[in-house]
Amino acid sequence: MKKPLSVLLSLALVVTMAAGCSSGTTTTSSGDSDVIKIGVFEPLTGANAAGGELEVEGVELANKLRPEVLGKKVELVIADNKSDKAEATTAAARLIEKDKVVAILGSWGSSLSIAAGDVVKTNQIPAVALSATNPQVTAGNDYYFRVCFLDPFQGTVMANYASKKLNAKKVAIIQEVSNDYSVGLAKFFTDSFVKLTGDPNAIVATGNYNTGDQDFNGILTNIKAANPDAIFAPGNFTESALIIKQARALGITAPFIGGDTWETNEFITVGGADVEGAVMSTFFDDTNPLTEAGKTFVAEYKKAYPDRENIAAVTALGYDGYMMTLDAIERAGSADPVAIRDALAATKDFEGATGMITIDANGDATKNEAIIKTVKDGKFTYMDSVTID
Amino acid sequence: MVVGMTMETFLQQLINGLSLGSLYALIAIGYTMVYGILRLINFAHGDIFMMAAYFTYFGIAVFFLPWYVTFIITIGLTILLGVTIERVAYRPLRDAPKTSLLISAIGVSFLLENVATYLFSGKPQAFPEFPLLTTPFFIGGLSIQPVSIVIPIVAFILMSALLFMINKTKLGMAMRAVAVDYDTAKLMGIKINGVISSTFAIGSALAAVGAILWCMKYPSVLPLMGVVPGLKCFIAAVIGGIGNVKGAVLGGLILGFSEVLMVAFFPALTGYRDAIAFVILIIILLFLPNGLLGKKQVEKV
Repeated sequence: MKKPLSVLLSLALVVTMAAGCSSGTTTTSSGDSDVIKIGVFEPLTGANAAGGELEVEGVELANKLRPEVLGKKVELVIADNKSDKAEATTAAARLIEKDKVVAILGSWGSSLSIAAGDVVKTNQIPAVALSATNPQVTAGNDYYFRVCFLDPFQGTVMANYASKKLNAKKVAIIQEVSNDYSVGLAKFFTDSFVKLTGDPNAIVATGNYNTGDQDFNGILTNIKAANPDAIFAPGNFTESALIIKQARALGITAPFIGGDTWETNEFITVGGADVEGAVMSTFFDDTNPLTEAGKTFVAEYKKAYPDRENIAAVTALGYDGYMMTLDAIERAGSADPVAIRDALAATKDFEGATGMITIDANGDATKNEAIIKTVKDGKFTYMDSVTID
Repeated sequence: MVVGMTMETFLQQLINGLSLGSLYALIAIGYTMVYGILRLINFAHGDIFMMAAYFTYFGIAVFFLPWYVTFIITIGLTILLGVTIERVAYRPLRDAPKTSLLISAIGVSFLLENVATYLFSGKPQAFPEFPLLTTPFFIGGLSIQPVSIVIPIVAFILMSALLFMINKTKLGMAMRAVAVDYDTAKLMGIKINGVISSTFAIGSALAAVGAILWCMKYPSVLPLMGVVPGLKCFIAAVIGGIGNVKGAVLGGLILGFSEVLMVAFFPALTGYRDAIAFVILIIILLFLPNGLLGKKQVEKV
């Protein structure tokens, strides 16, 4: 009785394997149907879940406003990469091979995007990173694009802020060593800050930690002894909030500055009163959108989420990533992934919510403006906008 | 890369190490007790710890119960959880090979992690603040959170109570008997199931206390927060000699101090602080295969 079943099962296995292999070579199997599938590749569980969720909100909002392209319905397929680099590769492969998406949006977190880089490249499916700022995401990969600025730029912005606005001469760095984003941004900050101050020893202490750590008293005690004027701590929002809390408990009063990943509500709920005054660079200011598209986005977001107090910049980037991809599909005139890639690469002066987007030869958005925000009365508040050429 | 260190910084690091080590000790006791009785490494222990953190979070931040009520409920629910896990996942396998039991433990661990992710979302929740315990006071340049002092005191009191229980009470005597020889103890009329349930109850209660203190010091609650502390406390239990309660405390303290002191003396290596736990484990096992306080095991023929 059991034998026919096992034969059937192994047959099914062989068929699925064959199907899995074939999708690597042929391209458009979904092009014939009346649905265009776009993959959303984000961390929805694990340490980065809050960031992933914010980006998905932006993508879904954009999908609601523009649900069709080329007369076909756009279907979003959401895949959870679990904030894990190994899972990220699997999740991206599943989107391509099983769900047959024609393009991928995401992921929050440069490490996760980098992990998926090879998969999208070998399968020739274009991907648009939304808030992944590390240069390696698009470097050497013709199929990865992005709608945000890059870390060399962000590092320079924050180094300028530390040097000019805070008058800092000595800075300590706390970085998440298992995170390409954090290490990269810390390095770009260091390069820029050393150049600005002309002092090769301007970085007086460096502390390293791993994603998921909860005790930072050891590294903070060292930093306290080095007595810096400011502390640059790019990294995941949960750990960063705990770092600031523990620093204040140790009696460290130096201001904390960081990068775009801090801008999640969890940073404030976990950090409480201790993160007041923390300063970060980010992509978008919802109180002062620069474009018409930005104004539409803010209005629609407020309609969709009336109880939210402010709009995260990564949500705006999620919106832009979707809209830019649909614009590319329209210009390509087909849902063929390679045609979409070519159209994405040719994007010029696309009006996004976060500003005008032109894709350069590396697949990066050329953006030269960053927003600086601070935490004030438990809210992310606009401080300044910085343009660097 | 050794930085010149002032006395003040060094003392501050010692305080950091003491409170971290005491937390490890509290959780390590749970591993060591279960191992002593069942020869089972209860891999779900770190996740029981995580659930206790959520119970406390819900009690105070969601249901607005007073803290003392919440603590009692948390400890009660955690005991219930630990005992239920034993009843459902371990007891039916008691006569099965030890490997099956171990795999069951890993299964429970994954189950708890995923249930927590499903129910509470993967996003961190902010643990309520206890200003009385977390507002630091300053002695000279030292900054001390009262909770850093409370943790070692609570750990010491609980460990003393536990040792008294094990050495002086009837239940403790039964536990020791089961640990020495499971089958003979059964023949002597010891109610094995009761003893094992109480072992899980005590281990879980200590994990609950550990979780409450842990969250006061590191106030964020996540579904995967138990994984790394769980692993480290297991290592602490092995370093001290698994099966030995004093050993678990010793192992926890050694681990806490060495992690913090490594950060203090070799700041460039701070990214490797998790690795240090494993390096210490390997070194100690190479020279003392039974851990620092473990009894020499004679292979019974």
